[in-house]
Amino acid sequence: MHDKTLAELARGLAAGDFSSRELTTSLLERIKRLDPVLNSFITVTDEQALKEADAADALRHKGEAGILSGLPLAYKDIFCTEGVRTSAGSKMLDNFIAPYNATVVEKLKHAGTVSLGKTNMDEFAMGSSNENSWYGPVKNPWNPTLVPGGSSGGSAAAVAAGFVPAALGTDTGGSIRQPAAFCGITGLKPTYGRVSRYGMIAYASSLDQAGPMARTAEDCAMLMNAMAGHDTRDSTSVSRNVPDYTQGLDKPLNGLKIGLPVEYFGEGLAPEVETAVREAVRVYESLGAQVIEVSLPHTSMAIPAYYVIAPAEASSNLSRYDGVRFGHRCDDPADLEDLYKRTRAEGFGDEVKRRILIGTHTLSEGFFDAYYRKAQQVRRLIRQDFLDAFARVDVLMGPAAPTTAFELGAKADPVQMYLQDIYTIAINLAGIPGISVPAGLVDNRPVGLQILGPHFGEAHLLNVAHVYQQATDWHQRRPEIKE
Amino acid sequence: MAIEHANVLRAAHLARLGVSDAQAERYVDDLSRILEMVDRLSEIDTEGVAPLSHPLDATQPLRADEAIETDRRDTFQGIAPATADGLYLVPRVVE
Repeated sequence: MHDKTLAELARGLAAGDFSSRELTTSLLERIKRLDPVLNSFITVTDEQALKEADAADALRHKGEAGILSGLPLAYKDIFCTEGVRTSAGSKMLDNFIAPYNATVVEKLKHAGTVSLGKTNMDEFAMGSSNENSWYGPVKNPWNPTLVPGGSSGGSAAAVAAGFVPAALGTDTGGSIRQPAAFCGITGLKPTYGRVSRYGMIAYASSLDQAGPMARTAEDCAMLMNAMAGHDTRDSTSVSRNVPDYTQGLDKPLNGLKIGLPVEYFGEGLAPEVETAVREAVRVYESLGAQVIEVSLPHTSMAIPAYYVIAPAEASSNLSRYDGVRFGHRCDDPADLEDLYKRTRAEGFGDEVKRRILIGTHTLSEGFFDAYYRKAQQVRRLIRQDFLDAFARVDVLMGPAAPTTAFELGAKADPVQMYLQDIYTIAINLAGIPGISVPAGLVDNRPVGLQILGPHFGEAHLLNVAHVYQQATDWHQRRPEIKE
Repeated sequence: MAIEHANVLRAAHLARLGVSDAQAERYVDDLSRILEMVDRLSEIDTEGVAPLSHPLDATQPLRADEAIETDRRDTFQGIAPATADGLYLVPRVVE
């Protein structure tokens, strides 16, 4: 059962081939046996999972099951889950038992899904390799000496390893798409505002967005149907009709106009990744698509702009961790200032501290105009690049990451690590949706093809990804995990 | 713009983040390299470009000022490090 897609499992449950309890038990057993190798979960909620599975089976028995009833999934440990530790991969929140559910958790629970637990991640979603977790790094299921990508590395690894058919991730600068690429799964970052951020621990609020990670585009579409929509508790969630994402997945791609941004095929791109991505584009041509070259002239400014905007927002968002209301508190504080300073020095890891310091510095008196204001102006130019491109083409395609998964410990220099996100980060600045789909294996390391669309174009992206997955089998490849 | 030791200590204080002198020295190095990368922004002419703070250019929606949440003080204080009589406890601020 562990290598089936969400859609296949839904059909199996509906046909009575197995119960949700049987499915859940089998996956929990697999997690117990193999996750010590990968470290993809921070918390496994077995008892609660079995209760939810039984409830789903009971509903099905009464003929009241929905499409997602009884299907297991996992949440990145950034989504608040009532009564369950929600750590954000940080020592700061190691003792934090969330007192409420995030809106997406509530919606998926209401749809009848079964949560198997909370997945590992870079601390507060800051990282591209999952090496910044207080709970230790996650290993790539394709090869445990490699990183799974980040920051949603635990979710990506758990899906690739067959622990869950799907998991939720969040994407602030590539944190769904890059780990999806590194682990050989499908991951969608929706348009900013498409999915509620309520109850999702904030990193950079103008960039953060939750999305599904699964084996196929069809599975992502099933989850998006439950996840998307306006939420009065998130004022940045958009009040706009939610389409049925599973409708139109098969629509033929005749006449589809694909743009290849020249800047996404330049210096720094590993030749084997370029070869795989260009091969995927040829598959699209054989399906009737037209390919033209386009330019996103401000591409090289995306990482500099992001490393002003994201740390600035993070320094503000993370000021709430003060040792007073919840989370870690230092021992025997001498006074209030000592309480704040030591609590935060002890609770945060290195990368989080770097970003708090950068954000505080760039927002401080005398530096604001040169950094923050400038970065926001450049952000508008970056978004305009995409708007101009989408006036000419339907979708953009390119690599999700410049290389395949790298070795653990290979990128000790923070700036080198930041450059990993060269092809993903501009998408968050522009607020558009993007999906990574498996498009090759090089030396047993997956390659991700990234497909980008205009704001609220995720239904079309899922269609474009799904038709590719009907024509190729990269998404069906599974790693072999040794105990 | 390079970052100096004093800038790091100032940012650390503003962020209420305990950083020792020796740690600050290491951050000077890391943060300088990050800011050097960020400084490339100055290559772009942004004269007359309006800053973009929300990717959809949306403005803050308003709602009626009505209480929609129930009182869950006990639940929320149940996860606090120190409370008494419904109050959060911190070290004495006023002698």
